[in-house]
Amino acid sequence: MTTAASTRETYGKTLLELGRENPDIVVLGGDLNKSTFIHLFAQEFPKRFFDMGPAEQNMMSIAAGLASSGKTAFASTFAVFGSGRPYDQIRIGISQPHLNVKIVVTHAGITAGDDGMSAQSIEDLALMCALPGFTVIVPADAPETARAVREAAATYGPFYIRLSRSATPVVHQNDYSFQIGKAEQLRDGPDATIIACGIMVKAALDASESLAQEGIRCRVLNMATLQPVDAEAIATAARETGAIVTAEEHLRHGGLGSIVAQVLGEHCPVPLEMVALDRYAESGRAEQLLEKYGLTAEKVAAAVRRAVGRKARPSGKGRPSSRRR
Amino acid sequence: MVRQTLDHTTSSQTRESSAHSATAEAPYSKATFSKEHLLLDELKGIALKVRRDIVEMTAQAESGHPGGSLSAVEILTTLYCRVMRHDPSNPHWQERDRFILSKAHACPVLYALLAHCGYFPREELRTFRKINSRLQGHAHIKTPGVEMSGGSLGQGLSFGIGAALAARLDGRDSRVYVLLGDGECDEGQIWEAAMAAPHYKLDNLVAIVDRNGLQNDRSTREAMDTEPLADKWRSFRWHTIEIEGHSFPAILEALEEAKTVKGKPTAIIARTVKGKGVSFMENNPEWHGKAPNKEQLEQALRELAG
Repeated sequence: MTTAASTRETYGKTLLELGRENPDIVVLGGDLNKSTFIHLFAQEFPKRFFDMGPAEQNMMSIAAGLASSGKTAFASTFAVFGSGRPYDQIRIGISQPHLNVKIVVTHAGITAGDDGMSAQSIEDLALMCALPGFTVIVPADAPETARAVREAAATYGPFYIRLSRSATPVVHQNDYSFQIGKAEQLRDGPDATIIACGIMVKAALDASESLAQEGIRCRVLNMATLQPVDAEAIATAARETGAIVTAEEHLRHGGLGSIVAQVLGEHCPVPLEMVALDRYAESGRAEQLLEKYGLTAEKVAAAVRRAVGRKARPSGKGRPSSRRR
Repeated sequence: MVRQTLDHTTSSQTRESSAHSATAEAPYSKATFSKEHLLLDELKGIALKVRRDIVEMTAQAESGHPGGSLSAVEILTTLYCRVMRHDPSNPHWQERDRFILSKAHACPVLYALLAHCGYFPREELRTFRKINSRLQGHAHIKTPGVEMSGGSLGQGLSFGIGAALAARLDGRDSRVYVLLGDGECDEGQIWEAAMAAPHYKLDNLVAIVDRNGLQNDRSTREAMDTEPLADKWRSFRWHTIEIEGHSFPAILEALEEAKTVKGKPTAIIARTVKGKGVSFMENNPEWHGKAPNKEQLEQALRELAG
């Protein structure tokens, strides 16, 4: 039985450890410091912690100023308030000068849940992947979160790390070794490849297991780093398995699916199916929303069947996917 | 790094060099200021040269923002030539004071001062806004001496807070100076920062508002009346000083007063004239973002001949 663990709590604990190791780490928060678990750092290092209140533009520009003076600045709030709200400050103040600011956000995607669509960031990956030089990571679980946060602290440059509100099924061992920009192959099979990130990695694994019982054997890639993306792993998967399915808790536009489509178009066009959102959601519990909006292992498996079915068609004759709801 | 004291009596380095001299003037470091050492004529000479650079740069680029550059000449000249501790041969010197141009469209005045101090060769001013130049249309961090990438108003004061917090954490006595436009004060983020700096008791931070009364389209009064501006800063718990922004003694006095203020940041509202020094540009919003043509440049240079 898979256990689940909170990625944001893991972030807070990891940040506290990093704070003990590196005196140049400073942390900024926007009045959501318990929810993001940066209060753990604040309690031990009050002088290196700056609460900005819910004033995210100010927070991002101050983080830039701290970074310009040699600090490694972590800024944390909910995903909606750490991406779209201060986007101009991130673009001009952090991305263009390529400063050492680590934006780590929580409560991303529809699993933010009952706060409703305003709180559900489903466009943030498109926004952040549009910024050249920004490293964008969506960890699959708590062990990967710990590794990604450590890598971000150790690597100069702007980062966006996207975490969830709910506890996330654990798919990695604690000794898991994470590499920025490298896809992780979790399963192998010749028939299709499922490329997933974040909470959808577990759904991809579950889908691959149910498909195996039907005789469809899948490669499963955990694409935690969306930018810079591991184009080689995508192209290799396309060549070797001939069909790709992407799965993400984000809009179809501008997220993992779009990035994979771009790589495929450039390097190795094969049938592609995307499991993603195509509209704003609503209030509800996380598991209800995932079910209603189609982010489940069953939907991933269905997408794989469609993609595998398209492989057999003469090229260029594939009908547009009928799976759109 | 040794802190140098500008020797006013023997300084040949501050003398006017020819308009396009390739020689970078020697660096200024933290000046010991006293009223006896004002050397007003010297500062006025630098200011005139900077004004000529501004109109020439924008004319050559055939674009840019001369009006709000000319209004800030005395402020930047005072900071770079008398007040700030900095080392043009080592732009990233950690102990330096920081100047942050929040109204980043006024970069011609900053570039002119940086070239004057020797951050880069003077002839590079001719590349302003042109392809392959380090002198971007809005101040960008890749230019030696530029602290912050700007170009979207309202962000510099927050950035300055970050720099001031870092100085305090490091135990450095670096001071941070941020130049804001008065039109820029329409931006909400200015007031987020205005709340945060006193909250963090940043007495190493000075905000200077270039109160020239005009913004891109028209007067600040017509576009968005921010008066009473000084009262706003006071009510946000800033030590607030109002001065004539083209008066070197007034600017120096205010900046020195700011150094004595403890436990809170200082805001200096500097009343200035947009386009100052060029008769046809003065107090005319048309010159916010327009370059002079050849004839206009010649007239401007005649007026700025000194």
